[in-house]
Amino acid sequence: MIEDTFTIANKNFKSRLIVGTGKYKTFEDTANAVKASGADIVTVAIRRVNILDKGQPLLMDYLDPKSITYLPNTAGCYTSDEALRTLRLAREIGGWRLVKLEVLGDKKTLYPNMIETIKSTEVLVKEGFEVMAYCTDDPILTKKLEDVGACSIMPLGAPIGSGLGIQNKTNISLIKEQSSVPVIVDAGVGTASDATIAMELGCDGVLINTAIAEAKNPVMMAEAMKYAVLAGRKAFRAGRMKKRQYASASSPKKDLI
Amino acid sequence: MNNLNVAKIQLNGNAYEIKHGTNLDDLVNRLKLHKNKVAIEVNGEIVEKNKYPSLVLNKNDKVEIVHFIGGG
Repeated sequence: MIEDTFTIANKNFKSRLIVGTGKYKTFEDTANAVKASGADIVTVAIRRVNILDKGQPLLMDYLDPKSITYLPNTAGCYTSDEALRTLRLAREIGGWRLVKLEVLGDKKTLYPNMIETIKSTEVLVKEGFEVMAYCTDDPILTKKLEDVGACSIMPLGAPIGSGLGIQNKTNISLIKEQSSVPVIVDAGVGTASDATIAMELGCDGVLINTAIAEAKNPVMMAEAMKYAVLAGRKAFRAGRMKKRQYASASSPKKDLI
Repeated sequence: MNNLNVAKIQLNGNAYEIKHGTNLDDLVNRLKLHKNKVAIEVNGEIVEKNKYPSLVLNKNDKVEIVHFIGGG
């Protein structure tokens, strides 16, 4: 069987599930869920250090960036300038070049501002960043992102944190079909079957945060997502049966008593 | 400490007092941070870690120190 490798920006990863590290109650909960998910990549945000609360534990104390790939994001940025500033700082923390760009356009829907996203990608690529770009599920705009050098296209399945599942399967399929870089569904997954659907559509991976962090049992949901992604990927590779209008008996008619 | 030896800077959006002659290494140590876990901007410019010892802060400097936190 041909090996099923998952490569982003020339780096191989084992798991096709990327998990976010936000919304957990404690760093311990975060670390346990990440472990159960089997993810090789975690997204992280960049924020001010709390100078009044010296010596507090840090995310890095619980998730070792040497054993798991940190993917710094630009969550909360609404302009290209803010996003660029954030990622340049992220790179300075420890040499991170692989980043997740998200430039938002609206506070209520957290919908991506594609004009600013494309503009930022262009600049970041020139500065040597490997840009995974959170984007709308518009095939024309994702093509444009690829043209300016994004190393991965990350269309939303539904608004961030909504848990509504993959809303536009047709567009996600179109994007996957035309893209020569990995397509990762980012945002909108609510439960395991949503992750499986994304993978069955042929996507290269799924990024999940809220669906795990807000589950009643995040560790168990993290594990469910791990299997959901594996199942969806395998089903895609296996090639599903053709759909029929009418039944087709599974037991032979011959020698019926 | 006499006032002449003290300078006020803006640290992460708040007023913060430092001794004259404080460099970025001193500041990081005083805040009990690890320089390999943070990035620092002074007056809008990112400072490379190897320049921390030589960058002495001045009155009214705007300093931002950031790190990684949980995010999606």
